[in-house]
Amino acid sequence: MTLLKVENLTVEFPSRRGTLTAIEDVCLTVAPGEILGMVGESGAGKSMTGAAIIGLIEPPGRIARGQILLNGSRIDNLGREDMRRVRGRQIGAIFQDPLTSLNPVLTVGEQLIETIQTHLKLSRSAARERAIDWLRRVGIPAPEKRVDTYPHQYSGGMRQRVVIALALCAEPRLIIADEPTTALDVSVQAQIIALLRKLCKETGASVILVTHDMGVIAETADRVAVMYAGRVIEVGAVADVLRAPRHPYTAGLMASIPRIGEKPDILPQIDGAMPRLNARPEGCAFNPRCPKRMEVCARLRPDLVADAQGEVACHLFSKELAT
Amino acid sequence: MATSTLARVWHSDLAWSFRTSKTALISSVLLAIMFAAAIFAPQLATQNPFNIAELELWNSELPPFWVEGGSRQFLLGTDVQARDVYSSILYGLRLSLIVGFASVILAAVIGISLGLLGGFLGGIVDAAIMRFADVLLSFPAILVALLVNGIARGILPPSQHQDAAIYVLILAIGLTNWVQYARTVRGSTMVERQKEYVQAARINGISGPGIMFNHIMPNVMGPVLVIATINLGMAVLTEATLSFLGVGMPATQPSLGTLIRIGNEYLFSGIWWVVIFPSAVLVALVLSVNLLGDWLRDALNPKLR
Repeated sequence: MTLLKVENLTVEFPSRRGTLTAIEDVCLTVAPGEILGMVGESGAGKSMTGAAIIGLIEPPGRIARGQILLNGSRIDNLGREDMRRVRGRQIGAIFQDPLTSLNPVLTVGEQLIETIQTHLKLSRSAARERAIDWLRRVGIPAPEKRVDTYPHQYSGGMRQRVVIALALCAEPRLIIADEPTTALDVSVQAQIIALLRKLCKETGASVILVTHDMGVIAETADRVAVMYAGRVIEVGAVADVLRAPRHPYTAGLMASIPRIGEKPDILPQIDGAMPRLNARPEGCAFNPRCPKRMEVCARLRPDLVADAQGEVACHLFSKELAT
Repeated sequence: MATSTLARVWHSDLAWSFRTSKTALISSVLLAIMFAAAIFAPQLATQNPFNIAELELWNSELPPFWVEGGSRQFLLGTDVQARDVYSSILYGLRLSLIVGFASVILAAVIGISLGLLGGFLGGIVDAAIMRFADVLLSFPAILVALLVNGIARGILPPSQHQDAAIYVLILAIGLTNWVQYARTVRGSTMVERQKEYVQAARINGISGPGIMFNHIMPNVMGPVLVIATINLGMAVLTEATLSFLGVGMPATQPSLGTLIRIGNEYLFSGIWWVVIFPSAVLVALVLSVNLLGDWLRDALNPKLR
């Protein structure tokens, strides 16, 4: 049983200097109630994947290949009006910066009521009740009074709680949270993550949590997908991936996290930088930086292969070489 | 709730700026007096200048009461048809303000809608609207107003010209002035459209018109308010100009502009009061509206605070 299935999703941007491929052959599945963490460097395609799922690829960008299935039906080729009904009702989203994702001139209540009434057949007073109820559920004190105040009267953490309420108030099945804690200070981050986790447990919603904070992933996610240069290179249960990463890139990523108690002279790092969109190497995109590079890596692009421990796209683990 | 809202308004930056600005206070007091005069014209006037039965021809061309030969019955004198200048000004002010406000509202509605549409949809719609606006802007406003006026008069049967005059004026001035609103709103809309809250609204499944009117419109209204205030003065002036040129309000229903035109014909025969007083009121009206608009623009501009 899967809620979301992304198959070979490829997003391209035609440009003057040729077509740029932002994400390529991305395959993902999300089970109901599951929290899938997505990690990777800036530009790896995490946010682009999220945007593609919710249908927010701005022209000239386009989905060139692949499909996105929600509850078994395709949502990547829906018309404008059908997609609008999916958004909010089926898929909700939480953005990085709560200051800019709330309309400054509308009260928090008006924004909640509008979203609720768009998706649920409720009278204005019933929608208002529901809005107040959601503010209470996300931990806003005195929601009866707070419902009539404006976003600027809230602190950053409180605003992000409102954004969460806004994303969840029509009870979507899937939430795409694009770095929901990056703009918040550390003490508030943990609260917001815990709240998101709790509410998704309550409503049974799944979450795709896009972040580059491994700590957040470790604490929150059930499974994790690692992206590099527009591709998913490793997927697995959080404990497996964090403790025993298999792809050399994931391994490098984990090794570069400082550990409390150890005092290394130099923090391990992966040499080089992620290739630009128009300069991806042949074969495995990671091969120029890979410490375990083999002859085949520069020639053949490894596919994402599933086995007992999860999925990994690396020749070290592909069956052809093993045999 | 009501008291707290009042208190909030009283303590707001805008109210504070208003209270401490002499220009704003004086011009708004002047405006308030003129609005009151226009609204209560039937109560304040000593005569109904629209009612020919009330006019007595032997009272024509009387000077203001403080001048030799004037009468207390006609404070500011009378014109050649024995109309009381003071009463005519009250009624004329009323017509001028009605035309001013109505045309500003018309222009704002057209301009805001087209500007939102162009800025939000972009592409061909935007190009079509804005090029049309550019073309319109390259004509002098008064010329466009004359054109609309002429067309309307051509379409309507002559018997309806007098009754329709006020609507034709509103239409003519409204259709001339929307370009400024459209340009401003379009610019702000294009900025707002990129903001994350619009994306967020889209993700929450809000429809295009919903985003346009509920989310973007309130965010672009600040500059519109300033334009509308300044445009009110412009609209009153355009109305006066058209009436002065003889294509505005008819002599039987004089606006300030019509009064000035009528008075202008007799200025050199020494009957100065028929033209001077309506002109003075017009100047005071437009000046205070413009000063208030200037203040509003500065008060709403965060860079000048």
